[in-house]
This record gives sequence, C-alpha cells and structure tokens, in this order.
Amino acid sequence: MAQLIRNPFNWILAVIYAVGLPLTIGRFIFGLGWATHSSYDYPWGLFLGWGLFVMVPLSASGFMLGTTVELFGRKDFKPIERLGLLNGLLGYFFAVVFLQVDLGQPWRLVYPMFVSLGPAAVLFLVAWHVATYLSVQIAELVPAASEFMGWIKPKKFIKSIVLGLTIAGIILSTLHQGALGALFTYAPGKVHPLWFSSAFQWFHFFCSSIFAGLSMLIVVSTLSKWFLKWRCDKTFLESLDRCTLGISKGASLALITYLVIKFIALAHDNNWGYLLTGWGQWYLFEITFGAIIPLALFTTAIRSNRAGLARLAAFFAVFGIALNRLNTALIAFNWNLYQEIPHWREAIIAIMVYATYIVVYRAVLYRLPILYTWKGDSK
Amino acid sequence: MNRRNFIKGSLAGGLAVAATAKTEKADAAAGTFGGYADSMGVLVDLTKCVGCRTCEAACNKEQGLPEPDKPFDDYSVFDEHRHGGLPRRTTEKEYTIVNRYEVEGREKPLYRKFQCNHCNEPACLTSCFVNAYTKTPEGAVIYNPKVCVGCRTCMIACPFYVPTYSYSSAINPVVKKCIMCYDTRLKFGRPPACVEACPQGVMTFGKRKDLISLAHKMIDAKPGKYVNHVYGETEVGGTSWMYLSDVPFEEIGFNTHLGPQPIINYVKDFLAIVPMVLTIWPALFTGFHLLATRKQANKDESNKA
Repeated sequence: MAQLIRNPFNWILAVIYAVGLPLTIGRFIFGLGWATHSSYDYPWGLFLGWGLFVMVPLSASGFMLGTTVELFGRKDFKPIERLGLLNGLLGYFFAVVFLQVDLGQPWRLVYPMFVSLGPAAVLFLVAWHVATYLSVQIAELVPAASEFMGWIKPKKFIKSIVLGLTIAGIILSTLHQGALGALFTYAPGKVHPLWFSSAFQWFHFFCSSIFAGLSMLIVVSTLSKWFLKWRCDKTFLESLDRCTLGISKGASLALITYLVIKFIALAHDNNWGYLLTGWGQWYLFEITFGAIIPLALFTTAIRSNRAGLARLAAFFAVFGIALNRLNTALIAFNWNLYQEIPHWREAIIAIMVYATYIVVYRAVLYRLPILYTWKGDSK
Repeated sequence: MNRRNFIKGSLAGGLAVAATAKTEKADAAAGTFGGYADSMGVLVDLTKCVGCRTCEAACNKEQGLPEPDKPFDDYSVFDEHRHGGLPRRTTEKEYTIVNRYEVEGREKPLYRKFQCNHCNEPACLTSCFVNAYTKTPEGAVIYNPKVCVGCRTCMIACPFYVPTYSYSSAINPVVKKCIMCYDTRLKFGRPPACVEACPQGVMTFGKRKDLISLAHKMIDAKPGKYVNHVYGETEVGGTSWMYLSDVPFEEIGFNTHLGPQPIINYVKDFLAIVPMVLTIWPALFTGFHLLATRKQANKDESNKA
C-alpha cells in the first residue's frame, strides 16, 4: 500500500479515474449522444479512431514475434517473445473494450457471430478474426500462466500445437489488419484521396501494422527496462539491445516496403496534384515524421549498432502510425464537409480506458514470467 | 443459369476445401447485383417543386415521427445552417427534408427534396455485418432494428449520408432512415406517403425501368429545359429514386463525383484476397518453417544416425 502511494504514476491514474469513471458510467446511462460528438456525418469518433484503428496495428507484435521465434526458428529472440505476445493480447483485448464503449448496443456484440450473419461484410471478417485471434493469443500465453500457476500439462499441450497457432496467427493477422484498412474502401469519396486507395488500402494497413507492432514492442521493452528493471532477469536485460536491433531490421524492411507502396499508390491513382495543397503538406508531415525519419534512424542504428537510436526511431514510428490511422479515420475523413473535434467527455473516457490498459499491462508484467524466465521450470 | 449463379457455384465448389463461411465472401467478390428487374422507383422533377414541405409533413405522420421543432408551414427552416455552414439534412426525427438553393441565372430558387435514394446495390446493406438491411424486390431498402449492433458502418458507407442514428437513446439506439413506406404502402403496391401528398405532382411513382425511359422522353421532349442527365440512373450502380433538374446537379447539393460503380466494387480488391490468404498462407508458411529450420533438422537427423 505504501508502495502504491509512493509511485507518482499512481497519482496520475487516480486523477484519471476520478474524472473518467463517472463519465464512462454516464455514457451508458445517457447514451453516446451525451458523451461524444458522434454525428450523422461522423459516426465514428475517438473510441474507434484511437481504440480500434490505432491500437490494433500497435498490437501486431504478437504475430510478428511468434512468426520469428516459432516459425523461422529464431530462438535468439526468445527473451522478448513473450512480451511481444502479451503486447498483442492486451492490445486486442482493449481494442474490444473500446469497441464495447462505442457500440450503440454493446450487449449485442455476439450477434454477428451467432444471431444474424452478414458474411460478405468486411466488418464481419474483422469481428470473427479478432475473436479467433484473441483465443489464439490467449493460447500462446498459456505457458506463461501455467508456469505461474504451476501447471505442466497445458504448457506441454500448447508446445505441441505452437506451429499451428503461429500460422493461424499469421493468416488471421494478415486478413484483419488488412480488413481494418478495407473498411475505409466503403467510403471512397469521404476519405481524402491521399489517405485512400481502393487497390492498396488493405495492404497499406497490413504492411504498416508490421513496423507498428515491432516499434511498439521496442517502446514497451524500453519502458520495461526503465520502470520495471527489478522484474527483468539477466537474460532479458543482456539480450535486449541485440533483440532491439534485430527487431529494428524487421521494422525497417516493413517501413521501406510501406513507403514504396505509398509511392505506388500515389502514382496509381495519380494524386500528385494533392501534394501541393494544405492536405498534401499534412500528408508529407505524416510521411516524413512517421515513416522516413524512423526509417533513417533505424538503418543508422543498425549500421552503427546503437540500440538507443533504434528506440528513438521506434517512438517516431509509433507516433507515425497513430497519426496515420487518426488521419484516415477522423482527420481526413469527410475532408470536403467539415472538421469534427471530439467531445471533451469522449477524450477523457478514451484516456481512462487507455489508462486501464496500462494498469492491466503493468499488473501482468509484475507477476507473470514475461520479462523473466521461470526458475522452477522442470521439463 | 445466369452469370451470378455460375460464379457462385464454381467458387463454392472450388473453395469447399477452404471451408468455413468464406465462400459467401468470395461470392460477393465475384458477382455483381444489378438490382431487381421489376423494382419500383420514384422520379423527382425538381423543377416543379415549390418548397411547401407537404412531403415532410406527410412523412412525419406516416412514419409516426416526433413533433418537429418548427411546424411544417414555417419556411424559415430554409435559412437554417448546421455545422460547417451546410444546409439541413435528414435526422432521426425527419426522414425527408426539402432544401432551398439560390441558383445564379435562375429566376426562382430551386427546391430539392432529399431522402434515402434506395440504391440497387446499397452500400449500407453490403457493409452490414449483421445483415440488418434488405433490398426488397419492390425496391425499398429496409432495416431490421432487432439485430443492429450499432457499429454505424452503414453510415460510413452510405455515399449519400442517409442513415442517421438515435444517439440520444442509451437503451435502444437504432438507425433511422426512409424505408420508402415499405411496411404500410409499398408492400401493397401503393406509392410512398410523400409522393401521394405532393400538391405539385413533383414525384412520379412507377417501375424503375419505366421511369428511366419516361425521364429521357421528358428530357428529349423539351430540349434545353432539363439538364441532360437523370441523377440516380447510373450513380453508384443506380438508385430507385431519380431526379431531373434544370440546373447542373452539382449546384444544388448533389454529389456528381460518385461514379457508376456500386460502393461494394471498391471493396472487392480486398475481398478477393481473402480466399487466397486462407488457402495459400498455411502451405507457404509451413514451407518457410521447414526451410528456416532445415539446418537444425539435419543436425538432429545425423545425431540420431
């Protein structure tokens, strides 16, 4: 308890909950109209713009690390694999929490699964894949929990099917990360042409989720190193710099692919003219600070073997991906109508849900063998 | 067997191995639905509208909508502007509205009636993941509030910004929009309330295909009177409600950049890759795994020997 009060971060959390909790309860009593600016023209606000479209790509680390370690057999990334998986699981779980805050009738969440099916819709795919993928991610983290609880059988079972789980993770991730982009292909005239390309939209979202997830993993591992050092074991701390640079290589490959595809999309739709407008400058700002600068930093870091620089790059890339998704979903959406600014209640509720994500994240890291290897593990 | 069914059949067969419900997605990716042949429609001759708002009142009564803020004979609503300086739009309490447009070079202002256009291949329907929307053979696009989850993707998808949402309700918020009076009239072959109530005969109710030829005859009969375009004949795959005007449509609030493709066509690039990823990825990545770990496997093998 004394420790709880000593940590200044907990004070901030207390303030967030003191303000946010009544507002969140209010949203369910008075409705979305009270809490948000969701209008007829802008049906989606911060809850989905931030909670779904930003959080899901930042949580792609689960399938990326699973692929690296289990599928490509790169056991040298093992020390950071579980953090990657956890980052994925919690990110997805809280994306669903955000969705529940946003849905008009959240108690009908299972309707697309069991009650009334619309299988030709992109969102149907998102719903099913996120649900299935959540189960895959839980399964992938069963070993960590079973070590903590002292179970042996579940861990062995998961080990026997881990390749299947990993491949399922790749399939589901390819499709639902892409599907989040494809959702906007329903609004070809509403999203600004610089953020819209019906042919490439799904690939933009999928490809950028690769470096988004990897960069987020670098950010989280950095934060763990700073604030949770006592919980990390020697293996984690000693291999972190090497792992960070290894992950940076993956991230920079995805970044360069992303930039090339962005470039091709510009040429394919012949959108060069828009670059000279105000929207074009905003677009170039996003590309420069969110993709080109992180790419330059990542490659410099890899060449000069400086993990610190790679961490800086990761912060830029995470910022870039957040900006890109918010641009597509909110800022450049309805660009020829008017600009919608989220309601203050909406912003505070979003901050509170995100704070809950951080609290749960921290609580799991404190306890489960994520940052450290379980000592009493006897095969 | 028409093309749609043929493609549906061959895809279903070919992908049976891929299993699950994905075949229907593939079907959506391959087939195009051109609308029901005998669907009904309404042709709106905007040149005849005088802005009396009788249609708004008729809609309000027929659909049992709440009392309006201003009575229907209050014409000051034409001067109202909402967020962003835009003219009035439909709301959860008004399924149809009339707006006034001052057009340069036109003696009198032009009034434009606005409601759901009832697309042949509606974006709201194709984007809905609980199948809440139905395009009836009579032409109406109707909505089932009992299955709606409230994701509001239909509102994102609708190119005409038609569906509205009862955000004010916490317990049972639902989508609100014109359903062409399907339950009370269209089902029985009768025209929607607004059409019947109009004192100026602005709207003609009939089979959509007949209305298209009627519209072109009207354009040809008086050269120079109408703009040579029937709005809604081809827009986003065609709509049940169509419009004639004597001023260019873009000057009176119509989006003239929608193109002839139904909205779902823009989504097909993605839908087409779904069965591909589902079938190719497992083999591809298992192969990667075998390749990536072959050194280790070889070592294990030689150790055994």
